[in-house]
Amino acid sequence: MALVLDEEQTMLAQTAGAFMRESSPISRFRALRDSSEERGYSLDVYKQMAELGWTAIPFSEADGGMGMGLAGLVIVTEAMGRGLAPEPLIPSIAMAGQALSLAGSADQKSTWLAPAIEGEKVLALAYAERGQRYDLRDIALGATDKDGGYELSGEKTLVLGGQCADAFVVAARTAGKGGDADGITLLLVPADAAGVSTERQQRADCQNSAILKLEGVKLGADAVIGKAGEGHGVLCDVVDRATVALCGEMLGGMNEAFDRTLDYLKERKQFDTVIGTFQALKHRAARMYIELELARSVVMAAARAIDDGADNAKVLVSIAKAKLSDAYALITNEAVQMHGGIGMTDEHDIGFFMKRARGCEMTFGDAAYHRDRFASLSGY
Amino acid sequence: MTDLESFRAEVRGFLEESAPESIRGWVNQDGYWGGKNPELPHPDAKRWCDIMAERGWTCPTWPKEYGGGGLDKVQAKVLDQELGRLKLPPPLTGFGLSMIGPTLLQFGTEEQKQEHIPKIIRGEIRWCQGYSEPNAGSDLASLQAQAVIDGDEITLNGQKIWTSYGDKSDWMFVLTRTDNNVKKQQGITFLLIDMEQPGVEVRPIKLISGASPFCETFFDNAKASTGNIINGLNGGWTVAKALLGHERNMIGNVFGGGGPRGERRGPPRNPLAELGREYLGEQDGRIADQVLRDRISQVSVDHQAFLLTMQRNNDNLKAGHRPGPESSIFKIYGTELNQRREELMLSIRGPQSVGWEGPGFEEAETTQTKAWLRSRGNTIEGGTSEVQLNIIAKRVLELPE
Repeated sequence: MALVLDEEQTMLAQTAGAFMRESSPISRFRALRDSSEERGYSLDVYKQMAELGWTAIPFSEADGGMGMGLAGLVIVTEAMGRGLAPEPLIPSIAMAGQALSLAGSADQKSTWLAPAIEGEKVLALAYAERGQRYDLRDIALGATDKDGGYELSGEKTLVLGGQCADAFVVAARTAGKGGDADGITLLLVPADAAGVSTERQQRADCQNSAILKLEGVKLGADAVIGKAGEGHGVLCDVVDRATVALCGEMLGGMNEAFDRTLDYLKERKQFDTVIGTFQALKHRAARMYIELELARSVVMAAARAIDDGADNAKVLVSIAKAKLSDAYALITNEAVQMHGGIGMTDEHDIGFFMKRARGCEMTFGDAAYHRDRFASLSGY
Repeated sequence: MTDLESFRAEVRGFLEESAPESIRGWVNQDGYWGGKNPELPHPDAKRWCDIMAERGWTCPTWPKEYGGGGLDKVQAKVLDQELGRLKLPPPLTGFGLSMIGPTLLQFGTEEQKQEHIPKIIRGEIRWCQGYSEPNAGSDLASLQAQAVIDGDEITLNGQKIWTSYGDKSDWMFVLTRTDNNVKKQQGITFLLIDMEQPGVEVRPIKLISGASPFCETFFDNAKASTGNIINGLNGGWTVAKALLGHERNMIGNVFGGGGPRGERRGPPRNPLAELGREYLGEQDGRIADQVLRDRISQVSVDHQAFLLTMQRNNDNLKAGHRPGPESSIFKIYGTELNQRREELMLSIRGPQSVGWEGPGFEEAETTQTKAWLRSRGNTIEGGTSEVQLNIIAKRVLELPE
């Protein structure tokens, strides 16, 4: 597991960086935030991303993918993170798409995964519920047996990319009670099924998520992804992958916030000198740089560990999310502080990164959760 | 059989036949340092060093013409593996090997190399470093130990401080002031000096953690020869900086806890977690104290992130890229991590960590308390953290002066 980009990955990094700089400057994110358009992202940009092959990166060639793994995907999410691009690559590809890839039937793959890889359809994974924190056993939404299939009723929240998904992978409880690992079933729910509705959420970080409402939604037995009652393991594996993809985005965001702050330190004048000459700021900037370097190492290691099926993959995922959560928060807090008053204004872009840092931190487990998981996996 | 295979067979044969049986499996963190009056941490330590030095394998990659092993990197790795296989300790350690030797190979004249390198390889001379002075710590270039040249004789006056193992060393590589009228970096001369003479006096320093290897060294008309100036008169700063690079990497590695040498040992052990279990007890199979458990995880997660960053740096170099994060990152992070680890161990031991010696305390407890005190120096020696941060700000981030 070499922590270095190979030739193919280096090329991808160059292409991804160039494309996102061109098509997703931070001004685009601001415009999307200020528009009343329901989608919340650009279908055109997403289609172009698919044409570049990004939606195919992590999947095996058997599934119609490029077989570049998470090590490839984090390169793209990092590039997206720099411009806070809201296109649903993580929801559709790193979340729902992974669930289908890991556990879906041939039929489910051809109906939903293939078009998702083509960028023709967008999928979302609905697992979070109000009152749940980060433990993936806390699934209460019930699916009852009905006519050889299931009937679903209840509500999911914070469904990433859920505001305009074509289908949902829903984690529902078919046996046991909230807190049990057994009895969770993943079900494929088309957005146009009777009783399905969504409501877009307004988030502080202005990224896209929705409430998914299910009212007596009837599903056939063929809606089950994998085995009924055994969805928890798949869900954990999927969320681990999504966590690494998100860590890539976080790495991009913190690097962008840092670069912008460094530029500001070199141009902003006070007391007749640029503020970057002040040692109080230099030392803090240097400490931010150290955290950036550590962050890159752990993201690369976690992505490669999952791709290689390494024994310590889960440990490395928790190391990555714990480190990235803290580092993104630190760097963006410092970024706003070092920008001074202008950093507090909505007009300035730096605050977007601080908001996003918190949005990312609270997604898939914060630093404390992942340190606890690290301890648990390490046997203490 | 390939060349490498036959080399391995040769090494294996030699080690199996020649290495003293008694030294196999001997583990000593300090190792054997050699010198005119060597300390013997193991009765056969000198014999083992002599056996290896005979083939130049105390310094396997150094040139044969000066008594080194003349091995390439791959061969040196084979030698290391074979040593590990037989559980044989490194035959020799010290500042000759790690600091002045590589520096002489880079900057020394042919005559200087012929004179000093073979003695380093054979462990005959123990070296110490004369850099810091009472008024030249972080601002090393302002050093004032005066060297005056008369013909081919040099007279040295002044004081050095923080001389590690000064009281046990035979020679010192020392930075001296030879010109007071130029920019301070340009009036420094790098000199080698014999410590065994009336003009050199060494006094050990006691630290907050107790006894220490550090010394003060006083020069009162001490003598050296101009043949022992490295890189020419007033050319010392370049040499000093090159050597500091070696030192910082070394310190970062030591305190970051580099991997075990030779064969890999079993599954990774977490000494913090083991200590936590012992002192804090368990509940449902986990360390009972949740707050300290989280602190253990914080330090352990950061330790892993640090090791992965060192690995990434190595992988980058192996792939032929320029070094990524500069060595300053490792120095700061490794030393601060070590301090956090030591402080956390105090917290875990709780009241048992207040002992100095005597009844009521285990030796492991008082030793660790002293190790904690000693660790406070890690962010001061070898370039303070503040100096390292300045270096990052200037060289990496290019922030204005």
